[in-house]
Amino acid sequence: MPIILLILIPFTAGLISFFIKNDYFRRGLIIISSGIHIALTCSVWFKQPPPLLNGYFALDDTGILFLTITSVLFFGASLYGISYLSDEKRVIEKQSTYHRHASVEATFTGCFLLFFSTMTIVIVSQDLAVLWVAIEATTLASAPLIYFHRTKRSLEATWKYLLICSVGIALALLGIFFLAVANTADHGNMLLPRILEHAGNLNISWLKAAFLLFFVGYGTKMGLAPFHTWLPDAHSEAPSVVSALLSGALLNCAFLGILRSYQICYAAGLGSFCQEIFIFFGLLSVLFAAIFILGQTDYKRMLAYSSVEHMGIIALGIGLGGKAVFAALIGMLGHSLTKAGLFFVAGNILSYYRTKKISDIHGLISGKIRTSAILWIIGFLLITGTPPSGIFIGKFIILKEALLHGNYIAVLIFLAALSLVFIGMSRIVISMTQGVPNKNTDTATDWQNAFFRLCPSAIFFILVIVMGIYLPNWLTQIIETTAKKLGGF
Amino acid sequence: MNSWVDLNIIAIVLMNFMMLSSSRIRICIRVVAIQGILIGLMPLLAGVHSTTYASLVSLSISIALKGIVFPYLLLRALQKADIRKEVEPIGGYPLSLLMGVILFLVSCWLSSRLIYAKPLFSNLVVPVSFATFFTGALIIVSRTKAITQVLGYLMMENGIYLFGSALLGGQSLLVELAILLDIFVAVFVMGIAIFHISREFDHIDTQNLTELKDWVPSKQE
Repeated sequence: MPIILLILIPFTAGLISFFIKNDYFRRGLIIISSGIHIALTCSVWFKQPPPLLNGYFALDDTGILFLTITSVLFFGASLYGISYLSDEKRVIEKQSTYHRHASVEATFTGCFLLFFSTMTIVIVSQDLAVLWVAIEATTLASAPLIYFHRTKRSLEATWKYLLICSVGIALALLGIFFLAVANTADHGNMLLPRILEHAGNLNISWLKAAFLLFFVGYGTKMGLAPFHTWLPDAHSEAPSVVSALLSGALLNCAFLGILRSYQICYAAGLGSFCQEIFIFFGLLSVLFAAIFILGQTDYKRMLAYSSVEHMGIIALGIGLGGKAVFAALIGMLGHSLTKAGLFFVAGNILSYYRTKKISDIHGLISGKIRTSAILWIIGFLLITGTPPSGIFIGKFIILKEALLHGNYIAVLIFLAALSLVFIGMSRIVISMTQGVPNKNTDTATDWQNAFFRLCPSAIFFILVIVMGIYLPNWLTQIIETTAKKLGGF
Repeated sequence: MNSWVDLNIIAIVLMNFMMLSSSRIRICIRVVAIQGILIGLMPLLAGVHSTTYASLVSLSISIALKGIVFPYLLLRALQKADIRKEVEPIGGYPLSLLMGVILFLVSCWLSSRLIYAKPLFSNLVVPVSFATFFTGALIIVSRTKAITQVLGYLMMENGIYLFGSALLGGQSLLVELAILLDIFVAVFVMGIAIFHISREFDHIDTQNLTELKDWVPSKQE
């Protein structure tokens, strides 16, 4: 029962909000449905719900972990989102295009909730074909969100996102057929628990090809280099609240797609074959991100490349195996929360200064939006792995594991890239926060609900810091059981 | 071996090459639609599925979508965007066709390296499905109009569908319908995006979508 509700509540709320004319009612709907969602997610921790529809939908430990991240992020995003929407409306009212805005906001709310629902389906689906359908659906539901501002630039980003991700995911569909051929012994059954049970009977060469297709297909959506080209554009042009969800929740969901197929390969004894692929593309992503962060001129693109970096780190952790898998999952948790918080702050800066150019912003810390500036610095320190934080633990254990394996080339590339990222990001953050504040802030528009603008990121940052000091037993346990299925211990 | 099946497969390959050589978008839309119908008919011709109620339903829905709904949506988007011809593809038409031939040979080589658990109804079907898939990818990469890129995406889906119908018995009906629904919504959303692109930019040439990039050289003041 909880699983049906988890999917259907945001879904129906999303459909309804396309037709609601009143802005306040629609915004209330976002808060209510994400509130119920997070409450249901909490209940799932206490009592695991029974599988649905012959096991097509079920929540295993991996699912619960991902569901919690998604639900928490969406709750934060809806708090931030309602204040963002009301501020955007005031700006647009000034430009007297209000009438157009009303329908734009209805589309936004509807797609926002549908996006939430499809993401939940990704997490609970146990059938790989259903998983594919849901991941493609997340692309389609989120494309209109990126086009919220109705500018040429956002349209360009939307088109690239739609096309590149759809083509990538088409590859994953081919992967599903390959997997079905590999599983001819069981008539191409796609249910994950059943495939895992008969993993020994799978045809190895077809399975290898299937994994490659899954990796490239879902990797495109996850933002692994060199398939990441849509990611910086989409993240920089989308409204910040959407960027936060894309980066913190959507990339994880695509990663879940890869993990499910890896689980099968691992059970079929292809562990080391897949691990090499993970390590290679992980390191490549970290390196790509480091190079592009160095010369960055747009602070939202900087955050986007930092997401590419973190996806690389996670892939590297999975590839190294052992304790590094655990570390990768911790790092994923930390990255989701920190990056979402950073995008919220970036949204504050953007709606205040109305520019994304780093060179146009100075002296945030002594300017009017000081709290945002402080959060910006804290977020920067957390995302680059300053202790104590969950991200630091993740990076540290991965490094230790790489050293233990004697994989010195990986260690070298990893450390070099991390320091480049730190240098690049600190240059940007320092030049934005220090110095003489901008004088011509007449165009600057203040936001009204400062509490909702700041609170979600502050809470997310606190959670990440706490993760670095104390990991509760229930969390460690669930991450450990997930890691065990993925070749860790 | 069944001569109707082979005839059908040859028709599908010809559609690939027609797509690569044609410059009129209206024709391209129809070519992809006809290819979709031919591929949809394949299981019937080959008689691989026991013609159950469920497989007939999914078959007719997929033919209706690919043969009627998609071309209708795309032709409407074309009308709104008011364009007729594709500009010269990157590298020109001869190179494009040559690449098509090379991709076909690559597909033959690839499929000869795969080992199948059970005999297929035709030796040609897997190479042709790969070739269709690759041709779709080639169209996406080499053509510049947004609408032609959508056609390339549909061709890739055609190739995947052909592969699926060749090697697998019918999947569960619900899943198949869900996949079709997804592709339908994808085409629908892309159609809307094309409409917006033509309104904002006065054209649907994706080569001009170049505002977003890294390291923009700083303009000299």
